[in-house]
Amino acid sequence: MAIAGATIATLFFAVPLLGLLWRAPWSSAWEQLTNHETLVALRLSLETSLAATALAVVFGVPLAWVQARVAYPGRRLVRALTTLPMVLPPVVGGIALFLAFGRLGLVGQYLDKVGVHLPFHVPGAIAAELFVSMPFLVLVVEAAFRSADQRLEDAARTLGASRFSVFRRVALPSIRPALVAGAVLCWARALGEFGATITFAGNLQGKTQTLPLFVYVTLERGELAAAIVPSLLLLVISVAVLVSLRDRWLSAL
Amino acid sequence: MTLDARIDVSVGGFRLDVALEVASGETVAVLGPNGAGKTTLLRALAGLLPIDSGRIAVDGEVVDDPATGTFVPPERRAIGVVFQDYLLFPHLDVLDNVAFGVRENGVTRRAAREHAAAVLSTVGLSDKARSRPRELSGGQAQRVALARAVAIEPRILLLDEPLAALDVQTRAEVRQTLREVFASTKGARVLVTHDAVDALTLADRLCILHDGQVAQLGTPDDVVAHPRTAYVAELVGTNLYRGIANGDVVRVGDSTLVAIATAEEHRGSVLAIVPPHAVVLHRERPEGSARNVFAGTVAGLDRFGGRVRVRIAGPLPVIAEVTPAAVAALDLMEGSEVWAAIKATEVTVFPA
Repeated sequence: MAIAGATIATLFFAVPLLGLLWRAPWSSAWEQLTNHETLVALRLSLETSLAATALAVVFGVPLAWVQARVAYPGRRLVRALTTLPMVLPPVVGGIALFLAFGRLGLVGQYLDKVGVHLPFHVPGAIAAELFVSMPFLVLVVEAAFRSADQRLEDAARTLGASRFSVFRRVALPSIRPALVAGAVLCWARALGEFGATITFAGNLQGKTQTLPLFVYVTLERGELAAAIVPSLLLLVISVAVLVSLRDRWLSAL
Repeated sequence: MTLDARIDVSVGGFRLDVALEVASGETVAVLGPNGAGKTTLLRALAGLLPIDSGRIAVDGEVVDDPATGTFVPPERRAIGVVFQDYLLFPHLDVLDNVAFGVRENGVTRRAAREHAAAVLSTVGLSDKARSRPRELSGGQAQRVALARAVAIEPRILLLDEPLAALDVQTRAEVRQTLREVFASTKGARVLVTHDAVDALTLADRLCILHDGQVAQLGTPDDVVAHPRTAYVAELVGTNLYRGIANGDVVRVGDSTLVAIATAEEHRGSVLAIVPPHAVVLHRERPEGSARNVFAGTVAGLDRFGGRVRVRIAGPLPVIAEVTPAAVAALDLMEGSEVWAAIKATEVTVFPA
């Protein structure tokens, strides 16, 4: 029974991948990949996902450190809040972002006045990706800070290191492998982002139409072959991420 | 560079309540078994654990006083700590570990490294400057940890069981390094240990901790000769002799103590330690294998628990620990003439 169930489960994952490979237009793959529309979407995807990852590192690492090291009232609430996007349907996240940062949104109406526009602009795509991907980085890095020997930080303080210096010169270097793993995981999630992006940022070619959105639109237009090739590209990237992280992020989660 | 501390702090149901003064250049050993509060004391002094009440002052500067709301964080106390399990930074090489604290005090990287290299040479590890902590042996790691703490020229140096994790041979070497570093640095030192030998060979004064309180405070000679409680007697009550060694012979005043040199031959000033339970008492001059036989008069009998400590006055004062039955059999009382026999193998010698 168990073996049958396991076999079905494994096939369920394997067959779709085979389908993708089976129908791939290998002879015209290069042309499909290098046509203008695909390249524009690919480039935008790389730019926005890397920007989202950079922002996630800049803001997520301090958040992870505070969560791991500082006991304060409301810490559990903050943890719930900052991991919610991992389980929240991305489309809900997109709507929430729209209501907060859209032109008429809670904060967006003021951003609009000072000339900051998120929806239908590149920063909107970055914001949507950041929203769904940063929790992955925070979770991995926070776990690493937790398992790092806090007494090393005590030792640093007795040597005259301020809290900031302890963070920069001891805590951060000791969790570098986890930081790399968290950033790669975060980047992979940002690269694949679809629901929040299309809901919040829209689907403007060259501005918010990232590769996953392009795949979807192409498929809608009935151009199956054109949709498969960028899909394969995303698949290859995903496999590469998985191989590069192997056991590390699986154990961290 | 003096320390003046009255500390009252509770951690998870355990209460530490001690007062301790350490003068500049002085080493006080805080001795006690696990759970006596030694590490709690060090953490409080270092500023890693705020005290509940009391007052800690370094060179007259108050660094912790809950009554006035004064609390100087560890990084501004200039109190160096050597941790039991070294706690070297794994991502830095040995030189940068030693330079770490120097850098934090606003020195350029180059100057910090030069200073670190100089300190590293005083502990004899210049050739390990570019090694990673994981490539070091326990003894080397502890010496690096010592260099790292000393490099910031701390006002107070705290050492938490610096020899506990080392094997016997390495202990002797690191003990020697500690002695050299102590001799060449200013500042007060607090050495926490559960090992009486470490305390007796390294400290100017002993502070015996028992259940979070000071059981006895005094010079090693005083504490070992006059333990005030059974607990202190058990912990450090021993025969401690200061003498001059020459091969396997130690001259103590006019007496000669024969010791079997263990690892190395000793010369010059030494401490010789004879555990009281290793002293055998006779009413007549014994004719046996014991190389050391001393005549004396019973000066006192102190009963601790199930044992009796017999204090014998004579050319070489000796404390023997015997059973009450032995006291009865030998008919010992104050003024009795006795012979104390000590096998040469029971005499342990340490450089002083």
